[in-house]
Amino acid sequence: MSASAIFILDLKGKVLISRNYMGNMDMNKVDHFMPIMMRMEEDADSSPLVTHGSAHFLWIKHRNLYLVAMTKKNANAALVYSFLYKMVEVFKEYFKELEEESIRDNFVTVYELMDEVMDFGFPQTTDSKILQEYITQQGHKLDVGAPRPPATVTNAVSWRSEGIKYRKNEVFMDVIESVNLLVSATGSVLRSEIVGSIKLKVVLSGMPELRLGLNDKVLFEITGREKSKTVELEDVKFHQCVRLSRFENDRTISFIPPDGESELMSYRLNTTVKPLIWIESVIEKFSHSRVEIKVKARSQFKSRSTANNVAIMVPVPSDVDSPKFKTSTGSCKYLPEKSAVQWNIKSFPGGKEYMMRAHFGLPSVESTELEGRRPITVNFEIPYFTVSGIQVRYLKIIEKSGYEALPWVRYITQSGDYQLRTN
Amino acid sequence: MKWRKKYFSACFYLFLSLVPLQENRQFGSKMTDSKYFTTTKKGEIFELKAELNSDKKEKKKEAVKKVIASMTVGKDVSALFPDVVNCMQTDNLELKKLVYLYLMNYAKSQPDMAIMAVNTFVKDCEDPNPLIRALAVRTMGCIRVDKITEYLCEPLRKCLKDEDPYVRKTAAVCVAKLHDINAQLVEDQGFLDTLKDLISDSNPMVVANAVAALSEIAESHPNSNLLDLNPQSINKLLTALNECTEWGQIFILDCLANYTPRDDRESQSICERVTPRLSHANSAVVLSAVKVLMKFMEMLPKDLDYYGTLLKKLAPPLVTLLSAEPELQYVALRNINLIVQKRPEILKHEMKVFFVKYNDPIYVKLEKLDIMIRLASQANIAQVLAELKEYATEVDVDFVRKAVRAIGRCAIKVEQSAERCVSTLLDLIQTKVNYVVQEAIVVIKDIFRKYPNKYESVIATLCENLDSLDEPEARAAMIWIVGEYAERIDNADELLESFLEGFHDESTQVQLQLLTAIVKLFLKKPTETQELVQQVLSLATQDSDNPDLRDRGYIYWRLLSTDPVAAKEVVLAEKPLISEETDLIEPTLLEELICHIGTLASVYHKPPSAFVEGSRGVMHKRLPARTGSGEGTECPDVGNAAGGSAPEAAPSIIPSQGDLLGDLLNLDLPAVLCNILIMSKLNSSLLSPQLGGDIGGSPAMGAGFGAAPTVMPASLNAPVGGGLGDLFDLGGGVGMPMGAYIPPKTVWLPAMKAKGLEISGTFARRAGVIQMELVLTNKAMSVMTDFAIQFNRNSFGLAPAGPLQVLTPLGPNQTIEVSLPLSTVGPVMKMDPLNNLQVAVKNNIDVFYFSCQYPISMLFVEDGKMERQVFLATWKDIPNDNESQFQIQDCHLNSEAASNKLQGSNIFTIAKRTVEGQDMLYMSIKLSNGIWVLAELKVQAGNPNYTISLKCRAPEVSQCVFQCYEAVLKN
Repeated sequence: MSASAIFILDLKGKVLISRNYMGNMDMNKVDHFMPIMMRMEEDADSSPLVTHGSAHFLWIKHRNLYLVAMTKKNANAALVYSFLYKMVEVFKEYFKELEEESIRDNFVTVYELMDEVMDFGFPQTTDSKILQEYITQQGHKLDVGAPRPPATVTNAVSWRSEGIKYRKNEVFMDVIESVNLLVSATGSVLRSEIVGSIKLKVVLSGMPELRLGLNDKVLFEITGREKSKTVELEDVKFHQCVRLSRFENDRTISFIPPDGESELMSYRLNTTVKPLIWIESVIEKFSHSRVEIKVKARSQFKSRSTANNVAIMVPVPSDVDSPKFKTSTGSCKYLPEKSAVQWNIKSFPGGKEYMMRAHFGLPSVESTELEGRRPITVNFEIPYFTVSGIQVRYLKIIEKSGYEALPWVRYITQSGDYQLRTN
Repeated sequence: MKWRKKYFSACFYLFLSLVPLQENRQFGSKMTDSKYFTTTKKGEIFELKAELNSDKKEKKKEAVKKVIASMTVGKDVSALFPDVVNCMQTDNLELKKLVYLYLMNYAKSQPDMAIMAVNTFVKDCEDPNPLIRALAVRTMGCIRVDKITEYLCEPLRKCLKDEDPYVRKTAAVCVAKLHDINAQLVEDQGFLDTLKDLISDSNPMVVANAVAALSEIAESHPNSNLLDLNPQSINKLLTALNECTEWGQIFILDCLANYTPRDDRESQSICERVTPRLSHANSAVVLSAVKVLMKFMEMLPKDLDYYGTLLKKLAPPLVTLLSAEPELQYVALRNINLIVQKRPEILKHEMKVFFVKYNDPIYVKLEKLDIMIRLASQANIAQVLAELKEYATEVDVDFVRKAVRAIGRCAIKVEQSAERCVSTLLDLIQTKVNYVVQEAIVVIKDIFRKYPNKYESVIATLCENLDSLDEPEARAAMIWIVGEYAERIDNADELLESFLEGFHDESTQVQLQLLTAIVKLFLKKPTETQELVQQVLSLATQDSDNPDLRDRGYIYWRLLSTDPVAAKEVVLAEKPLISEETDLIEPTLLEELICHIGTLASVYHKPPSAFVEGSRGVMHKRLPARTGSGEGTECPDVGNAAGGSAPEAAPSIIPSQGDLLGDLLNLDLPAVLCNILIMSKLNSSLLSPQLGGDIGGSPAMGAGFGAAPTVMPASLNAPVGGGLGDLFDLGGGVGMPMGAYIPPKTVWLPAMKAKGLEISGTFARRAGVIQMELVLTNKAMSVMTDFAIQFNRNSFGLAPAGPLQVLTPLGPNQTIEVSLPLSTVGPVMKMDPLNNLQVAVKNNIDVFYFSCQYPISMLFVEDGKMERQVFLATWKDIPNDNESQFQIQDCHLNSEAASNKLQGSNIFTIAKRTVEGQDMLYMSIKLSNGIWVLAELKVQAGNPNYTISLKCRAPEVSQCVFQCYEAVLKN
């Protein structure tokens, strides 16, 4: 079905730790993995799936590690990749960071976890909060309080344990919208997309039932309140705690939340909005002498909002020298390692326009290396504001003990993949 | 966790001890645990042994950790097996886990000692702590030692019924593990039934694992019918779907995808319950749900409102998959590529999401590009072209090449854009970037083919770049252009001549193209180019070792010398149009891949049988057929890719051609010439008189075909394998009272095996002539021509009495019925079964092989009635050993009717006797090869079971004759 074995390799391809789940393949086959990768690299090729004879390797890279799943069957590739990413997540929860060092330092726990998260190639429990209840890093004596599998592992509610207690019951919600933008070199918007995410930090006792109300267009149409300002969500994805069939039926978002932090849902909208920060640029390259850059940045949102920590990255050829900058606001920095100029503006109120000019020298001998035309990228965040206009109308919290709980909501819009192509 | 580090460092020191001592000393001063330094490997094991056997628990545990650390870095510590196993009985959970881990790694290399562990396993399976019980049952299954396996059955049985779901879910998986080691044992112990029961377990996780285990077992044993899915069990699965973990949901969805609903209503209700999964955060859940929906949708009537709703619901989640991690994006894109081909309407408005971003990994970029071209239509072509032009000026060579090619494909696909595409390509050629120019020329050649006499004005620009072309494909394309338009290029002869100098250094592709181009030039401008053509012909025929080149050279030579007018007709013949989409996946393969959405097959775009060992002969998955509202045939609307453009002919497929025939067709040779070529190859005499049609007579051809079926893939037998039983089971009720028995038609060659050609048929004997009645159906998207048929040698010397008469080309979705008269004078070879016939059918695409079985009754000749006296004498004369008896059951004819019926098939009743209410019929049969078969049929009034005795000098035919009796009497 999925993986015969899973390996964690270092950058040279040496196996740091591995687990043979099915016993139906020669574990030494993994030695072919790195040579194939090297060969592909030479050909400027790359693929997340490499084959050697009857062995298929599905891999992801995390920091200085390769996580590789090996199979000889027609495995569910989507499952394998998403499992590998889940593994990274679990290890990160346990060891703060997953890297060569943390694997070595914790090899016993790593083995225990690998034993628990997958069985015979079938992913099992991968919720790190639940795993932490019975796979801990202390040795246990069986007679005195050895852990038992929490009922949660096999429960229908497999993400929250019973008996959680807090003195003060609160829920913090972050509504975060990322704007992905792709603008052509001629200045037309090719793609504009909003990817939203609602994150929870749950500090609630017991087994609370939550219901979240948004100004969802479809919901309002069902309930006949078309007049209100609504948002049309193109596609919604939920944490597994949300009852999907219920949402499908009447658009109610109801759930028993996991304890602590989690991402409750994400959504996507394709509604074209005016790009929040618009960039016009002129990059003139005079061969053998200089590069001149003019960048105009305009904020196209209401003046009562302000974008913070705006960073505009403008690509420059890799062989430039002697940078000179002039800006109407903020500061500029030449980043040779990224071959870019970074223009930082701490605070950028709506409806404003700023200018930046840069001047670089070019060596008289032109480099033979071809350079791709990299886009200008922009980073920013605008607090207390959502581009889509999404609003949390209510968050109802019901627990059988009947406590009062306070929901808190925070809105923020930030740049996602925000690219403007250059000439 | 500082303390943990120490185990590792210890083992690192050990590792170093393998390198020369000098270096050790160098490091030695820094190390604290220097005692490990000086120990040899042997000493290290010895020391660990001592520690493992220590009385102190803490020391023991430390030692096991050291052992595991050594194991982790790849050292062989199997020598410690008994000592480690001794630590197994511990009350320390962590230690126990480590010992189990060790066991899993080394049990196989120490099978005898592994037995020592059995007791502890059995004991642990009864531990009060469910975590231990589960741990034991999980580990047990990973110890792949036959001897141990049987000891594990009892503990496993208990664990499967454990009160704790955590143990049950682990035990469920263990059944799959055990099955992989010893399938028979699992069946004998009845574990499969227990596993099936677990599908109704109250705990969703147990259900999910049981489903996963059963699916795994079923996958390796396709005929086991384990996943006997029915509406009740489906309902259980759908309920569990809402409650189990994300992984469990995937197991269940993948299992559901194997089910075929009874009708469109059931299909719709399953779809309705699966759709909510599209909102799951896990991309793999979404893709598995998409698989189920894509498959079951096939059964929904297209005019159903729900069908439209479902189509609309599929687009957003597919688009969202493109925000996932790059590896998942890649899987998603490969699958979207399939979905777009199967149901273009789903994503036709989503072109923009496939625009390439600068920071996309190259594999994502290339896939996006591919999908962009598939979605290109008149409505969005301007945008697409602007993007492609942008990409073509990037720096990544592979990506740029593909972008340039894509521009060419757009030109061919969307006629209105052709002009713009050509001018874009010309702009790109002006960049003089070498690989861009070469790609551009390759695609411009195709554009010329598609729109003849439209863009030839650009030839001059192309010719300017002649010198910079160093890739064979580009050189061949340019040469083709020069040859094709020789009359418009003043210095065509000079250009072609310049290539001739290094003729032998060119690749075959270029050589062939150059040969053809110069011949074309000669036919167009004979006066100035005689010398040139002679030069190339002699280069090709005398100096080349390449048979293809030589043969083509000879053909041209003969053609030119015997009949220049014919040569002109052949070489300058009008070329068929090229298709719009050159790389569509063949429909039958596409259907199969849709059933494998999300898996490796869908990423490779290959059926699992192509890359999974031991999966040959496994059933290919198919999309379900429409049921319900009875509009019989409907063709999937793959053709109208992305809509938009007015009524268009279905794009035809050029399948990847590796064989000779394909190679030849690929070059723009007219079909006639191909035939000549093949004949010349097979007959090794040039220009043999029998062209095209009369393939049958050629002995060389026969030999060639005769040898081929031995390499026929075993799996081909599968559809036919059911044998006569299958053949005769079908088609009951269509009674043919007199006349010869004709079995119903069956599919001999499924389209999937023959690049879209489906052949079904049967045999009949009509007026003394044996007929093979064939139905040829073209399920591919290109026209099929040039059919021919050949038999392998067979038991009764059956051979086609004439050529296969398929006079008109067979268009896509067309069916033609052909009747092929057979003779019995062909070469003879005994087959097994006797009535097996191996057939080769050729068309313009390839040669296909299949085997079928004919009813022996068609060999029963009309003069098979024996004289009574001769019959008696012969009956006595044939030794009793040669007599065989058979029972025919459930036959309700009286002896009279039976006799009449049999006579229709040339089984003649000679005499009838009645003894004590039992009719005895004596009959004779004569086979086409002169073999006589004598029969005695006992029919008792009121008893539906007949007894038949057959006597024949060649007793091996008896079985076949009996089968004929049965078939004739029961139909």
